[in-house]
Order: sequence, then C-alpha cells, then structure tokens
Amino acid sequence: MNAARELHDRYDVGVVGAGPAGLAAATLCGRAGLSCVLLDEQPNPGGQIYRAVTNSPFGQDTVLGRDYWRGQTLVSAAIDSGAHYVANAIVWGLLRPDEIAVSVVGGSRQIRAARIILATGAIERPFPIKGWTLPGVMTAGAAQILLKSSAVVPMGRTVLAGCGPLLWLIAWQYLNAGVWIDAILDTTPVANWSRALRQAPAFAASPYMAKGLRLIVAVRRAVRVVPGVVEIAAEGNERIEAVSYRTARGRSERLPADLLLLHQGVVPSVNLAISANVAHRWSDKQLCWVPCVDSYGSTALPHIAIAGDGAGIMGAEAADARGRLAAIAAILALKPKYPLATEERAARRFLHKYQRGRAFLDHLYQPSPNFRRPRGDILVCRCEEVTAQQILDTVALGCPGPNQMKAFLRCGMGPCQGRLCGLTVTELMAEARGLSCADIGYYRLRPPVKPITLAEIASLPTNEAAVKAVARE
Amino acid sequence: MLRRLTDAPGPFLTVFIDGVATRVRHGDSVAAAMLASGHSVCRTTAVSGTPRGPYCLMGVCFDCLVTVDGAANRQGCMVQVWEGMRIESQRGKREIGP
Repeated sequence: MNAARELHDRYDVGVVGAGPAGLAAATLCGRAGLSCVLLDEQPNPGGQIYRAVTNSPFGQDTVLGRDYWRGQTLVSAAIDSGAHYVANAIVWGLLRPDEIAVSVVGGSRQIRAARIILATGAIERPFPIKGWTLPGVMTAGAAQILLKSSAVVPMGRTVLAGCGPLLWLIAWQYLNAGVWIDAILDTTPVANWSRALRQAPAFAASPYMAKGLRLIVAVRRAVRVVPGVVEIAAEGNERIEAVSYRTARGRSERLPADLLLLHQGVVPSVNLAISANVAHRWSDKQLCWVPCVDSYGSTALPHIAIAGDGAGIMGAEAADARGRLAAIAAILALKPKYPLATEERAARRFLHKYQRGRAFLDHLYQPSPNFRRPRGDILVCRCEEVTAQQILDTVALGCPGPNQMKAFLRCGMGPCQGRLCGLTVTELMAEARGLSCADIGYYRLRPPVKPITLAEIASLPTNEAAVKAVARE
Repeated sequence: MLRRLTDAPGPFLTVFIDGVATRVRHGDSVAAAMLASGHSVCRTTAVSGTPRGPYCLMGVCFDCLVTVDGAANRQGCMVQVWEGMRIESQRGKREIGP
C-alpha cells in the first residue's frame, strides 16, 4: 500500500505541521476555497501542545488543564474547512521552491504547492549534562507526551530539573494526576530576575501571568523546589540511579532517582526551512536560530512562509494567529480580491494580546551558560557520542565552524541531523573562537531532513526528464 | 520508571516486546508502550554499545530506535502499536540485508 498515492499532484497551498499554526493556516485556506493539503508527521492532529487532543485518554477533567482542550476547536475547524489533512506524513525536503517531498507510511511522493506554509513548531533545547543519555533521563516534553497520549506517568523517585514554563506545567499536571515528585531542581539563573523585572509591567497585562502564578504557587506548596542549581549530573550504569546537583551557594546533594525530566525551554525546529535555503538569523534573546520573516511570516523566497513557533518562540495562542496571517498572505497571493481585512485585524489583535510580556519570559528563563556550553567529557552529540572537549580540540586544530568540525568528528551527522547538538556546537565554538554565534553559523543542512530508505527514493515516481538525467543511451 | 494511570480507558491490545506478550493501549506509540510496561532501554548504541531509552518522544532524538515486525531502525515514538506487533530492542548497528 502506498498512502502517498492518495495525494494530488498539485495544491494551491501546502501546510507542513498540524499544530496550532498549521491548523489555523489550513482552516483559512480551506475556507477561502483554495485546495490545501495539511501534512503532519504524527498519527493525530494537534502538534505537541495539543497532542492527542482528538483521542485523549482523559475526559475533559482537570488533569491537563482547560487550555489544552482549546485544541479540539482548532482541529475541527481545520477538518471542516475542506483542507486535506494527511497524518503520518513526513516531509523530508523542499526540493524545488514549490515542491514538497513527503513520505507517508513508507512511500514517498513529490507534490507541488503554489504556496508552502511551514508550521514545524518547536523542539526542546538541548540540555547537555553528565549522564543525559542514560535510560530514565527524558525531557519534560517527552513526559508530557506520555501523559497526554497514553496516560503514562512517573513511578518511583522522580526529579524535574531546568527552567521554563513547561517545567511548572508538567509538575502541576502530575499533581492533578496524583503523581509524586521528589524534587524540582530550578536552574533559572538568579541574575535573570533583574532583567526580567524590567519587563514585568508588560507581563502583568499578559494572559499568561495569572495562569503561571497559579501553577507555580500550587506546585511550590506540594513539591520541594531547590533554587539556584548550577550543576546537575545523572548517575547510573545501565539506567539512571541518582541525580547529583550543586547550587550557586555551594550546596551539593545526591538524590536517588528512577526518572529525571530535563527542560530548559524550546527553540524553533529549523531543519526543513534551513535545508530549503530560508535565511536564518541568530537571536541573542532566545539564543537560537530564527528564520528571517516579515509580519505575515513570509520569507525572502516567494513561495515559502513560516508560521508559529518555527518562526521564533511565542507560544500556542500566538502560533494560531501567526498561522492565520501566513494564510492571509497566501490567499491574497492567489486570490487578490478575497476579502480578508477583518480577519487580518482580528489575527493581529489576538497576536498582540499573547505577545505581550513575552520578553519577560525570554529574559527570566534564558538558560544558564553552564547548561548550554558543557565542558570535558560531557556528550554534546548523542548520536555519534562526541564530547565537548573533542569539539573544543577541533577549534585548536583550526576548524572555523561546525561544518569543518563535523568532518573530523561526525558530530551532527547522525540520524538526528544536529537537532540535539547544533545549538551547543555553535555556542561552544563561538565562545572558544571569541566570535558571535552569528559569525560561527550552523550546520549546512540538506534534504532528506528525516531519514528515509534508499528504496523510497528509488521508487519515487519519475518523469521523462528524470529518466534522461540518469539513463545511458 | 513509569506506569499507566489505572483508570486509563481502553481499548487494549497485545504486542510482543522481546518475545513477551504485553498488554498495551490502542493509540500508544511503540516507545510509550515499552516505557509503560517497564522497558526503559530500547537499544544499545552503534558507536559504543551503551544502552539508550526514549528521550524526546516526538521524533527528534532517534534514541528509541527498535525493530518492528522485523524492520530495524524504526523510531519507536513515531509508530503506533497494532495487535500482534513484534517489537525487539536493537543491539548496536542494524544489519543490512540477509
């Protein structure tokens, strides 16, 4: 069976990713009467934030919180709009400007779309500490996926560590589900508070403030929180057995643990956009690569726009608005007279509301250099098992950046394609060379941005030109 | 270590994890099914042979690679379980061809 065959050859709009931005974009395009395909690599729509919202093991109870269920409305709107939603569809390249290469259940296809909206969302920032590859060490996002889609929760001694809103949210959800947490190791640098507080007036007007305070107060009442943590190590042989930590004040402790959940914020998932030659810049505030886009999410490439957290982290509600704005630009390009002024005003108002106070969160939860630039034998590249010291050694050898370094070490060349080492490598090499991250740059990324089999490429439907290119006369 | 909340609704089905019949929930990913039934290790690495388990559960890290019905290097977090599925943890590199 080749599910990819059910796709059409051409669409007006191709949307990649069915999280809030992709769902909102597809909804508007579908309603405007455009043919729109919504490709998503997960088995169900919703993205990570609304993961499993259509087949949740939970009723609409209090475990996950009210905001989660908003995802149902977004999903039904997209399905009802007439957009063609395709699950398990892994987009592995934008080979020509209007061409999407997609793998669906083991069969690949190239389809054309006049406009492409990338809504690939965010991934968790790498958290390279000693022992982060041990079984039993996972991200807080992973823990939340287990909770949302399978009602699977920690058992035994559980430690959460890091900083950022998601850490408090998952802790709160665990309390709702009656799950015990041994400790939260808070790595928020104390110095961040002074810069963040300057943004406090704007944050006070943000809808996130009341929610955030409520979560943090509830969690602090029930769980031991250790502030000012500057060093963390996971210990164990075959799996995690303990977490040891040190605070800025010099206090150390070793906590026996069966599960360690790490989190220090999320960053845009950039592999597909970079591989399509979308220009990216380094954000000093969010400490990651963000694509260069205008207020509609349009890139310098005429066919490609980026919406949602993939264009810079702003959260789920803003993603919805940014999806709508990208759709508006796409619709106007194809149907210039289609009336969208009211829609655009509403989207911009909504975006403004949820953007307010973002700077406070960016400053407060900017992760500490201790956890972004590891030292010594801490693994940076999980796939190829390359340490921080090995990377620094290539700088001493004269490697100017990530692309020369990887030729020596294979760092970034494993199956994850740099997703879990790239930011660390850029920051480490920038520091060692005394340059900015923008100067050091990033891996040169090429399609396929997800591993596919040679058989899939070999069985791609061909045209005459493709045959001529390889056939011997 | 992880467990499933006792009131999680079904339907449930049976898969074989390293040969052992295991009850898992319809809609579980392979990785979630393994974690919920006490399997914290999915594979040993190709480089050093050290054990790994799922890390991100969203298709990013490639640490949950397993063999599913004989096909190696499947991302456990990206494949949903089906009745009778045979899941095997992976040792080192996958072997190519018979």
